[in-house]
Amino acid sequence: MRKIPQQLIPLAVLFIVLLGVLVVARQLFVPKTFGDLGHYRATAVDEVAAQPAAYAGYRVCLDCHDDIYQRKQLSSHAGLACETCHGAAAAHATGESDQLPTVPRGRDHCQLCHGYNSARPTGFPQILSNMHNPGEACVKCHDSHSPRMAKGNGECSACHQMIANQKAVSSHMSLDCTDCHTVPIDHATQPRVVQALKPNSEETCGKCHARGSSAGAEVARIDMAEHGGRYLCWECHYPHLPEAKL
Amino acid sequence: MNEQHGQKCDFVGMDRRDFLGAVARTVPTWLMVTAIVPELLAAEAGSPDEKYRPEEHRYAMAINIHKCIGCGRCADACKTENNVPREPVFFRTWIERYRVPFEGEAVVDSPNGGIDGFPTEDHDSGTFKAFFVPKLCNHCSNAPCVQVCPVGATFTSQDGVVLVDKDYCVGCRYCIQACPYGARYLHPTEKVADKCTFCYHRITKGQPPACVEVCPTQARVFGEMGEQASPISRFMRFNDVTVLKSWLNTDPRVYYAGADEEVR
Ligand code: HEC
Ligand code: HEC
Ligand code: HEC
Ligand code: HEC
Ligand code: HEC
Ligand code: HEC
Ligand code: HEC
Ligand code: HEC
Repeated sequence: MRKIPQQLIPLAVLFIVLLGVLVVARQLFVPKTFGDLGHYRATAVDEVAAQPAAYAGYRVCLDCHDDIYQRKQLSSHAGLACETCHGAAAAHATGESDQLPTVPRGRDHCQLCHGYNSARPTGFPQILSNMHNPGEACVKCHDSHSPRMAKGNGECSACHQMIANQKAVSSHMSLDCTDCHTVPIDHATQPRVVQALKPNSEETCGKCHARGSSAGAEVARIDMAEHGGRYLCWECHYPHLPEAKL
Repeated sequence: MNEQHGQKCDFVGMDRRDFLGAVARTVPTWLMVTAIVPELLAAEAGSPDEKYRPEEHRYAMAINIHKCIGCGRCADACKTENNVPREPVFFRTWIERYRVPFEGEAVVDSPNGGIDGFPTEDHDSGTFKAFFVPKLCNHCSNAPCVQVCPVGATFTSQDGVVLVDKDYCVGCRYCIQACPYGARYLHPTEKVADKCTFCYHRITKGQPPACVEVCPTQARVFGEMGEQASPISRFMRFNDVTVLKSWLNTDPRVYYAGADEEVR
């Protein structure tokens, strides 16, 4: 019988030990489900899928805010999800948290979408902030859930579009044309024959801006006798855009 | 239980043959009852959690550049939904603005991923055209990041989503280097690679990814490939679609409509 060479025995032992270590190491370090579905840990997929969601999705809001949703769906904001503006609200919707969602009343928020930017698609409604009622909150004039304005005096804007548009974005937006102009009905059908009247007295402005007027507190008051000196009000203030500096 | 009865069968006046017959008749009935009744009960108690089957899905996202207004709500929502660090260098999705001058290279910027909006330039007059391009992981079918991962911590799931196994990732950054779209980053506290999962936790429950949920103009569309009524199929039918860096043969599952030559 031939003897196994002496030097092979320790080598064989070493080999077996190393093999054993390898097997144990594999057992220890290769995770359980590794390779079940591919070259990865199958349970990792479930772990990723178990992450909780912060955004509930607009449908969830309907249970309690259906009125707002219905209004929004008829408006140009129909495509916006509630959480686009109000932020993640899953915790609010499930009642998990007492914290109410954020309500973005600032001008900055609307301008993320509507501030003029040359890279926005042509036709997307945009405004130049410093020319669109600067200083006023957007929500003062636009209902964020139904933003398009009820058009002002359609009767007059049919022919005086420029003026109507200008006034519509000015601080005189809430005024009717007829607050300052006396317009016979037939002016609309025969404008050159039947003329509308321009104000002929500063009292037109004074009925709101005079010290003693009954207009709302937000209307600035001036001293009619002193203010403006010998000039007419509309020589310095363009009445359809009074904030403009002439 | 029945076996014990068997030993006592003489008491009840049954012979062995009758008894075995009875067993043969009752056992299957019993088995059927035990198998069906709980299921019926569960069905009555409400929907038995329909198990999600990844092999039955094939997801894709489509992005219409003509519709993107660059509002950054997607990038913002993504960070909230997925706890992505707020520092302006970590993004799972972000928006780039391309400004192509009359002559020369396009200028690309992405201040804070577009989350705070894009500054309006005063010198736009030199710009020939400009547009926004939302970016994210392209969930390549041939993902370079998956190929280079030394430990199998990043992989393509059966539904085609490229995911990261956080427990298994060693943070070696190979995948971050390998990604041609720059869609990965090393999470600063967890020290593992992180990236878009298509909001895997949402899509497996039938909800759209957060970025798609909040997109105001449907510039982002998500759905199943190869399904007739899916928004993706409609998108593919009505648009000329491209993928980014098609020459790399990564075979992305994020498709773009209106992507100009300049878009990389
Ligand atoms: C279970 C009913 C319920 C659901 C679902 C729900 N809400 Fe509300 N939400 C309320 C109630 C009640 C209030 C009023 C709380 C108050 O005024 O104290 C409220 C208030 C709000 C407010 C106003 C916060 C403020 O400061 O005035 C917002 C915004 C809002 N919810 C958004 C959402 C959104 C978005 C969703 C969907 C993700 C949603 N809600 C889902 C019940 C609900
Ligand atoms: C364009 C962004 C925008 C979207 C989209 C939007 N909201 Fe609002 N929401 C606002 C703003 C801004 C206010 C504050 C309005 C104000 O103060 O006049 C507000 C106010 C609210 C309020 C509290 C005041 C109120 O009117 O009762 C609730 C509740 C609310 N939103 C729920 C919703 C729900 C539900 C949806 C989805 C159907 C939704 N919002 C979609 C911007 C938005
Ligand atoms: C996330 C983006 C987004 C935000 C934020 C947003 N809007 Fe809009 N808005 C839109 C989209 C989209 C439309 C529809 C545009 C279209 O029809 O092409 C729209 C339409 C409008 C319109 C109608 C324009 C028209 O000509 O029909 C007005 C007005 C408007 N928004 C005002 C606001 C105001 C005020 C706010 C802030 C409370 C606001 N929006 C916030 C996306 C946004
Ligand atoms: C003083 C009232 C007022 C305020 C404040 C105001 N708007 Fe307007 N806005 C209007 C009116 C009126 C129109 C309609 C003008 C028209 O039809 O030409 C309008 C039109 C718009 C339009 C449509 C423009 C277009 O080209 O179709 C957008 C968008 C808009 N506003 C956004 C805003 C945003 C954003 C803010 C806040 C930063 C804001 N508005 C503040 C009164 C206001
Ligand atoms: C059918 C078109 C039409 C309609 C509708 C119309 N106008 Fe006119 N308006 C005109 C024309 C044309 C003139 C110019 C007349 C002229 O120069 O002789 C005019 C002139 C005026 C003037 C200036 C008069 C002057 O002395 O310069 C005022 C003020 C005026 N219109 C107010 C109004 C008001 C307010 C309304 C709505 C109640 C209105 N208009 C509706 C066509 C119209
Ligand atoms: C705050 C009062 C006031 C309101 C409201 C007002 N106007 Fe005037 N309007 C004037 C005054 C004052 C003049 C004369 C300006 C001048 O002579 O320089 C005038 C002038 C005009 C003129 C002559 C052309 C011009 O620009 O000077 C027209 C046309 C006109 N208004 C139309 C309208 C229409 C249409 C509306 C409603 C959309 C309207 N106005 C609302 C005060 C007003
Ligand atoms: C029917 C009432 C009324 C009449 C008439 C009226 N105004 Fe005003 N005026 C207002 C209101 C309301 C504001 C806006 C107040 C606010 O919200 O800041 C205003 C604001 C102004 C402002 C301040 C603008 C700014 O924001 O800096 C000037 C200037 C002004 N009006 C001039 C005039 C002149 C000139 C006339 C006469 C041609 C006139 N007004 C007639 C109601 C009126
Ligand atoms: C000589 C030019 C001139 C004339 C004429 C004039 N104003 Fe003014 N008015 C001004 C200036 C300047 C201001 C300061 C507003 C500013 O800084 O924008 C002002 C401010 C106002 C304000 C805003 C005050 C405030 O607290 O915000 C009102 C309202 C106003 N004027 C109404 C009138 C009325 C009504 C008349 C006619 C009786 C008139 N103005 C005539 C120059 C004039």
